[in-house]
Amino acid sequence: MKILVPVKRVVDYNVKVRVKSDQTGVELSGVKMAMNPFDEIAVEEAVRLKEKGVVTEIIAVSVGITASQETIRTALAMGADRGILVETEASPEPLAVAKILKALADREQPGLIILGKQAIDDDMNATGQMLAALLGWPQGTFASKVDIEDGTATVKREVDGGLETVALTMPAIITADLRLNEPRYASLPNIMKARKKPIDVVKPADLGVDPAPRLSTLKVVEPPKRQAGKKVKSVAELVDKLRNEAKVI
Amino acid sequence: MDFSLTTDQQNIRDTILKHCSRFGDDYWLARDREAIFPHDFYKSLVDGGWLGIAIPAEFGGSGLGVTEATVMMQAIAESGAGMTGASSVHIPVFSLQTVVLFGTEAQKARMLPPVVRGEDQVCFAVTEPNAGLNTTEIKTRAERRDGAYVVNGEKIWISTAQVANKMLLLARTTPLDQVKRKADGLSLFYTDLDRSRIDVRLIHKMGRHAVDSNMLFIENLIVPEEDRIGPEGEGFRLILHGLNPERILIGAEAVGIGRVAIARAARYARERIVFNRPIGMNQGIAHPLAKCWAQLEAANLMVMKAATLYDRGEECGVEANAGKYLAGEYAFEACHTAMLTLGGMGYAQEYHVERYLRECLIPRTAPVSPHMILNFLAEKVLGLPKSY
Repeated sequence: MKILVPVKRVVDYNVKVRVKSDQTGVELSGVKMAMNPFDEIAVEEAVRLKEKGVVTEIIAVSVGITASQETIRTALAMGADRGILVETEASPEPLAVAKILKALADREQPGLIILGKQAIDDDMNATGQMLAALLGWPQGTFASKVDIEDGTATVKREVDGGLETVALTMPAIITADLRLNEPRYASLPNIMKARKKPIDVVKPADLGVDPAPRLSTLKVVEPPKRQAGKKVKSVAELVDKLRNEAKVI
Repeated sequence: MDFSLTTDQQNIRDTILKHCSRFGDDYWLARDREAIFPHDFYKSLVDGGWLGIAIPAEFGGSGLGVTEATVMMQAIAESGAGMTGASSVHIPVFSLQTVVLFGTEAQKARMLPPVVRGEDQVCFAVTEPNAGLNTTEIKTRAERRDGAYVVNGEKIWISTAQVANKMLLLARTTPLDQVKRKADGLSLFYTDLDRSRIDVRLIHKMGRHAVDSNMLFIENLIVPEEDRIGPEGEGFRLILHGLNPERILIGAEAVGIGRVAIARAARYARERIVFNRPIGMNQGIAHPLAKCWAQLEAANLMVMKAATLYDRGEECGVEANAGKYLAGEYAFEACHTAMLTLGGMGYAQEYHVERYLRECLIPRTAPVSPHMILNFLAEKVLGLPKSY
């Protein structure tokens, strides 16, 4: 069984992002980029499935600028077998990415697609769900545990108030949550091997998809500065402020 | 002139920093306090294949150059692992190059893969109490007897000899009064650290307590002839080949520890509020830190230039020495400035900068003192008469 793992190039989670002075977005020039952490979890899960013998080939896909190849290389160093870069200058929205992934799924016929539940840059949390809808496949989102047996994927989902277990008939879509696994660090020999693994480059038009955005961003601003706390003199005053000012009790 | 890391080098740096993030400040503080070798850190680098970075692929390594090893060692020090983390793997990453360059195919196949796999741990036994930097004067003797060598002598400042089972050993095979040149008559061996014939005594020192330094008292150690690297009597010249890479690696490690010290101090200066404002707003705090940053990055350029020259096969002695000198001096200033920035807290172990200060004295002093580097530069670059 083949498995498809989409990986997104985002600002490294350690970087404190800055809003551009013209408020059109966040500053990306000279900023350290890395693989979306949830996608790393997805890659790790795919590699573990391959190590268990459930999966025969892992294909890492990225949609974005040429530099997204580095993100694919990271996935290859973790254990993916080959990569596909869908090269586009535009920053595609979830629907465009989902359409691109659908076209690739039609072409590659994977038994499973594991995605990060969301990207840490735009926090859309949409691509996996849209892809499931476009393909007409079942979806197990926010997965914290995945078991594959006899054409069925059993997924433990992290939902409000607990864990929900669903059984999906494959082919299926899974989106990875934080607790699914702890991604490995690439070893040096695997980094070296990754240099030789193939990456195909295609354009969205080759897949019949127009990645032009449907949304326009009006402005991006810094979150408000955190205000200093207030000191109260007594419990009574605290209770009063909580009730009448903060209105939380 | 290209001042940026290649994609591979950047990848190595990022991966090592990420890898090392599993071993946080408290890990290194605890290792230093307990004076216990960081075995699990060492093993993690073995598991990641990192010890083989400069070992050829046919012997289990990745066959990369000194530049890549330099990037790796710097990232280890910079992660907060400091000289403790760097020194724990420095010997296998660097010293085995003499075996790579001068060992026979059979020796390489026998010696290199077990180190890369973490089964053998190696130390580097060259320096002696009565020779100092005058290496040709070492007194340890290896005498031929029945197809083997019998070794007697003393070594000092042998790092990791408490945990190593193998050693690279330099000994005199022809007495000094019977050789034409002083550099003749020394031989290099890669052999078992046989504790029944070698008494290993710990040296209590100022810092880097987790990575031991020792005196070795060698008495009638039997070394088989097949453990000799290169021709008999050529050992000193083999060692010389490794001197520049060693200065480059140590220089890069010094820059790494300087960087982490400055980063920690800058964070403290941003967060520490005294007189209703962050202390970093005071130029008396800000300027020394900015100066240290500039100095460290300049030193790093010299170190990386030396590494680049070395990997191109060009002469790099001047740059390697100058780089290690600058890195050692500026790392010391950086760690000291970091400690002053933290004020009284800088003296407390839990703020980590006092550990960096104790550790940065190692690359400042070793493997060659700043004085000897200045002698070398004065003589080689400026054409001044030799003073010693």
